[in-house]
Amino acid sequence: MNGADDGDLARLLRMALGGDERAYSDFLQNAAALVRIWARRRVASVGLDPEDIVQETLLAVHLKRHTWRTDGPVKPWLFAIARHKLIDALRRHGRHARVQLSDVEGNLATEEAETARDWEIGRALEVLTPGQRSVVTAISVEGRTIAEAARILDMNETAVRVALHRGLAAIARRFGRK
Amino acid sequence: METQELIKALAADNQRSGRPMTVVWTGAAVVAIAVAAGVFFVLLGPRPDIASAMQTLRFPFKIVVACVLTLSSLSALRALSRPETHPRDLLTPLIVAPVLMAMAVLAELIAVPTSTWSARLVGTNSLVCLTFIPLIGIGPLALLLLALRHGASSHPALSGAAAGLAAGGIAAAFYASHCTDDSPLFVATWYTMAVAILAVAGALAARRIIDW
Repeated sequence: MNGADDGDLARLLRMALGGDERAYSDFLQNAAALVRIWARRRVASVGLDPEDIVQETLLAVHLKRHTWRTDGPVKPWLFAIARHKLIDALRRHGRHARVQLSDVEGNLATEEAETARDWEIGRALEVLTPGQRSVVTAISVEGRTIAEAARILDMNETAVRVALHRGLAAIARRFGRK
Repeated sequence: METQELIKALAADNQRSGRPMTVVWTGAAVVAIAVAAGVFFVLLGPRPDIASAMQTLRFPFKIVVACVLTLSSLSALRALSRPETHPRDLLTPLIVAPVLMAMAVLAELIAVPTSTWSARLVGTNSLVCLTFIPLIGIGPLALLLLALRHGASSHPALSGAAAGLAAGGIAAAFYASHCTDDSPLFVATWYTMAVAILAVAGALAARRIIDW
């Protein structure tokens, strides 16, 4: 998966843009793996979690995938987005470094007790409206399809799609910003 | 939320994708030109002797160089709206209009007597030029910045400046058909200054509104 060549990625992304959800999921998996390796080398020394960069990059890839030239290579485009998000994260990190230090000292005990990692996306989820949050959680955490989410939440499918799309856009806007 | 979970949500949202950039740029450019034309014809309109002016060398040249600036900065802008574009790849197209302008200035300096240089440079419309090019260009600039925001530029300030150059080129092409100062010395001084105002405005605005 890590050695995905650009031609395969481009094929997957083209199929995804043509409406193939399965191909899109495969593409995102590959993109996540590539960005993870790329980010790990770059953030290890500054104390950022590479997975935050991966998630923020995937969101940007999703919302900006219409900027990919369908006849061009994928990786330069993907890593340019990752770089943009990494620079953003480093800038925020630098700005909040002092605040975080005192935060960390106070919260050390509680943080150790937590088992699940709390990425920035979790905090971004908090800004969603209750409706958007239940749709996003049903599909992501619970792994429901659009149709299942619609049934469980007693909404029609179009409303579920709209809530999902707006929820993801809101998460992307909110990501890491305080 | 785990990355795997995020991917599920993104894949489920596959049907909703942004409008293709080709469509957005074409639309923005067409509407920008229409807006500039509207403002120009309401506020100024072409000079009365435009037909005879077209027979000269200097008058059509102003319009040609403005159109060249428009086309090259639109193509640079379009490239800059993609994240992977390196600014250095855009130098070649962007240098064409300044080179044309410099050659025209040189030709003018050779063609006309030294004693008339300053009168040609100062002209009679410098303030009109500095007022109306930004005024005609501000609407187009706003439209181009909106289209830019739809993209994913890695260089917001530079992209905004390119949007300002494009808007300035459009505005200058219309304004040139009104202005009676045709000397390249005038154009190189005042048009450049007016277009630079839009480029700076574009760079400042883009840094604020491009936040993907």
